[in-house]
Amino acid sequence: MEELARLMRELEDQLAVCMRCGMCQSVCPVFDQTGREADVARGKLALLSGLMDHLFEDPEGVYQRLNKCLLCGSCAANCPSGVSVQEIFLKARAILTGFMGLSPAKRLILKGMLAKPAVFDRLSEWGARFQGIFSRPVNDIVGTSCARVMSPLIADRHFRPLARVPFHRQVPSLDRPAGSSGLKVAVFTGCLIDKLFPKIAHSTIRVLEHLGVGVYLPENQGCCGIPALSSGDLGTFHKLLAHNLERFADGEFDYLVTACATCTSTIHEVWPKMADERHREAASRLARRTLDINRFLVAEAGLDPRSDRAADPRTVTYHDPCHLKKSLKVFVEPRAVIAAAPGCRLVEMAQPDWCCGMGGSFNLQYYEISKGIGQQKAAQIQATGADTLATGCPACMIQISDMLSQAGAAVAVRHPVELYAQALDE
Amino acid sequence: MIAESIAQQFKTIVGQDNAWTDAADLHTYAYDAAVVEPVRPGIVVRPTTTEALGKAVRLCNDHRLPLTVRGAGTNLSGGTVPLENGVVIVTNGLKSILEINEADMYAVVQPGVVTAKLAAAVETKGLFYPPDPGSQAVSTIGGNVAENAGGLRGLKYGVTRDYVMGLSFFDVEGNLVKSGSRTVKCATGYNLTGLMVGSEGTLGVFAEIILKLIPLPAHRKAMMAVFESLEKASEAVAAIIADRIVPATLEFLDNFTIRAVEDFSKAGLPVDAAAMLLVEVDGHAAQVEEDAARVEALCRAMGASEVRLARDAAERDRVWAARRAALSALAQLKPTLVLEDATVPRSRIPAMVAAIQAIAKRYALTIGTFGHAGDGNLHPTILTDKRDRAEWERVERAINDIFDAALDMGGTLSGEHGTGLAKSRYLEKETSAGTILFSSRIKRAMDPNNILNPGKIIAAKV
Repeated sequence: MEELARLMRELEDQLAVCMRCGMCQSVCPVFDQTGREADVARGKLALLSGLMDHLFEDPEGVYQRLNKCLLCGSCAANCPSGVSVQEIFLKARAILTGFMGLSPAKRLILKGMLAKPAVFDRLSEWGARFQGIFSRPVNDIVGTSCARVMSPLIADRHFRPLARVPFHRQVPSLDRPAGSSGLKVAVFTGCLIDKLFPKIAHSTIRVLEHLGVGVYLPENQGCCGIPALSSGDLGTFHKLLAHNLERFADGEFDYLVTACATCTSTIHEVWPKMADERHREAASRLARRTLDINRFLVAEAGLDPRSDRAADPRTVTYHDPCHLKKSLKVFVEPRAVIAAAPGCRLVEMAQPDWCCGMGGSFNLQYYEISKGIGQQKAAQIQATGADTLATGCPACMIQISDMLSQAGAAVAVRHPVELYAQALDE
Repeated sequence: MIAESIAQQFKTIVGQDNAWTDAADLHTYAYDAAVVEPVRPGIVVRPTTTEALGKAVRLCNDHRLPLTVRGAGTNLSGGTVPLENGVVIVTNGLKSILEINEADMYAVVQPGVVTAKLAAAVETKGLFYPPDPGSQAVSTIGGNVAENAGGLRGLKYGVTRDYVMGLSFFDVEGNLVKSGSRTVKCATGYNLTGLMVGSEGTLGVFAEIILKLIPLPAHRKAMMAVFESLEKASEAVAAIIADRIVPATLEFLDNFTIRAVEDFSKAGLPVDAAAMLLVEVDGHAAQVEEDAARVEALCRAMGASEVRLARDAAERDRVWAARRAALSALAQLKPTLVLEDATVPRSRIPAMVAAIQAIAKRYALTIGTFGHAGDGNLHPTILTDKRDRAEWERVERAINDIFDAALDMGGTLSGEHGTGLAKSRYLEKETSAGTILFSSRIKRAMDPNNILNPGKIIAAKV
C-alpha cells in the first residue's frame, strides 16, 4: 500500500489544484444520470488524494470508480481551477492497473489484439464475414443491425455492422503530391473508420483531391492507443505509439489529419503527455501538426461552398463530439463544412455539446447509464425534425445510431465530410 | 462503521441501490467546498421519495446517529461536512419542480432542485427567481434555503430568505411540520419558516419549499467603470445609492483581481486601475435607459477614468465575463483558495478594503478582493497552499483579523456562506453570550438528542 501511495504522489501537484468547488456536477453526463459523488470528477479526485494520503485503503474500490467515467472532458472544460482531469485520470488508471493487474479479458483484447495491428485487421475481417449469421438489419435509414439470437455482448444494442471490406483493403496506401493548394497532408485513418465507416475515409480522400491537396496514407496503420490507455495499459499504448510514429516518419506532409474526433484529440493532446521518453520528441512534433479534418478543410484548405449545386435537400443537425468541442475547441468548422455541403440546412438541437454517452469501453461496462445519456441525445435530435444527424466522430456515430434506431427514428447518421463529398460525385 | 443491521434498515427505506457503505463511497461525502478537514460518514443514503426522507430522519433519531443533509456539497463554511460515522442524506434524488403557478406567481419544489434549473424553468414563463449564488449551476434550493444563500442581486432583490413563502420539513422524529403558505399574506402560527431559513440542517430536514416568483424584468443594461483610487470607486457607489437608483447588481473588483482576470482571460481590462465597478440596471426599458445614463454620469462625476456601456447582449456578456472569471482567475494562481464573505454596511467598503490590504501585508499573504459593493458583501480571497503549514497558520490569523475588522465596522462574519463549522466559534463575538444560550435552547428543544448536524452554527462543546 505504501508503494501505491508513493506512485500516486507523482500526481500530487496536479491533484492539489482541485478546490472541491463541485462545479463539475453541472456538466458531468454520468453524474447527471446517477447523482453519485464518486461518479463526478470532484469525487474521483478526492478518492485519488485519499489513497495518496492514506485516508483509507481500498485501491480496488477506487479503481472501479475511476473507470466509471466517459473521459469526455466536460468537467475539465468547465473547471474554474483548470484541473487537468483527463491527464490525471489516465495516469492514475495506468498506476492502478500496474498495481492491480489488467483483467484477463482486457489483457486478451489489448495485448493480444490491439497491440498487433495485423492481427486486429485479420480478426475484424473474419468478423465481417460471419456477422450476417448472428445479426440482421433493423433500421435501413440509420443503417443498424441487431442480434438474431440473445447475446450477452450485444444485448439489445442496434449496432453499425463491420464493413464488408475495410478501408485499408480497398486503399492500402497513397502518396500523392500536393496539387493546386500547394498543401499535402498525411491521413490517419483510425480503427472505427477503417473497419466500420470506410466511406468516411473515401470521402476524406475525395474532398482532399477536389481541393488539390496531396495525400500521404501509409499502410499498416495502428490504433491511436486510447483504448489501451484508458484501460491503464501503458505498455500497449507505447507499443502503438512507436508503431504509428514509424509509419508516418518517412512521409513528407504539412499536416496530419484525421476524421475521428477521438483519434485527433488523442494524437494532439495525449501522445505528447503520455509518450515514453524515447518517443516524446517525435510525438510532440507530430502532435503539433495534427488537425481535425473539418478544421483543416475550413481553416487551411479554403473549402468552397457548394450550396448552389442541385442536390436532395437535407435538414441536418450537428452533435459536437466532446473530443472536438471540449478537447480541441473545434465546433465552428464542422458546421461550416455542413453549410458548404449542397442542399444542407443546419438546425441546432438543444445542448449539441452534451456528451452522447459512448465513451468507448464505458458503453460496454455501463450500458444502462450510457443508454440513459444516449436516449436524451436521441430525443433532442428527433425534436429538431432533422432527417440527418452529422457528427465528427465515428464513436459518437455508433452510439447515436444505436439510440436513434432503438427509438425507431428515420434519421441518417453521417460525418460532415460525407455530406460534402456526396456532391462531388453527383 | 455503521452496524450492518442499521445499514439494512436504511436500505429497506431508500432501496438497496440508494444506500452506500463502501469506504470509497463514504470518502466522497467527507468534504464540501470549504477548506476544512474531511470527516468520513458511516453511511450515505439517497431517498427518492418524501416518505423515505422522513423515515430516514426518524431512523437516525431512533439510533442516535448524527445526520447531515447534503445538496450539491458546495458549502463554503463546512456545513455539509458530516460527523464521523454519521449519516449523510443526499437530496439530489428529490429534484422535482412540483408546481410553477403563473397566476399566483410561486413555485413549489423539492429540496434537491438545482437553483439554475429552477431559474431557467420559471424564465420560460416570463417569471424571475432572483437569488443567484455563485454555485447556482449546481447548488440546490434546499441548500440555498438552509444557508440563506445570497448572490449578485442582493442590493435590489434581496437573498434567498426574501423568496421563501413557506416550507414543510421533517422534525427530528420524522413528523411533517408545515409553515407558511401559497398566499402572499399568511398570519397563522409561529413564523417557523423564518426560523428554518439559514438553520443549516440543525433543526429539521426540508421536504418541500414554496418560493415567491416575480415578473422578469423587460430590459437590462450593464456597464463597467474604471477608477484610479478605491475612494473614488466607493464614492461612486455612495452617489448612486444617494441618487435613489437601485441597480440590480453593483460589483467591485480590486487591482489584484483585475490583474488576475486579465492574465487569465485577456479581456483587455485596465490593469493599472485601482478598482472597477460593474453595474447593471434592469426594469422597464425607458426607466433602464434613464437610470443607466444617470449611473454613467455619476461615475464620471466621481472621477471614473473610463466608463464602458454595453450596447448589446454581446457587450453585456463581456462585462459580466470579467466578473464571472474572477474566482477562476484567482483559483488558478495557488492550490488553496479561502473565499471569505465578511460583510459591512456598504458605506464602510473603502475602510474594509483598506483593512484587508493591511491584513494581507501584516501576514505576508496574497489576498484578492472582489464582491458585492452594493450590499457591502466583499469576498476577500486568500490564495495559499494548505500544505505550507507556516503560511496556513498566518492564514488563520488573517481570517481572525478580517472578522474583527468587519465586526468593528458594525458588520457580520458571513453575508451569504453561513456559519457552519468554519465560523461557529466566532459567533459569540458577533452576537452575545445570551444569543448563544438562546439558540442552544431552541436547538435542544427541537433536537433533544443533538443529532441534527451537530457542531454547526453553535460550536460543539469540547
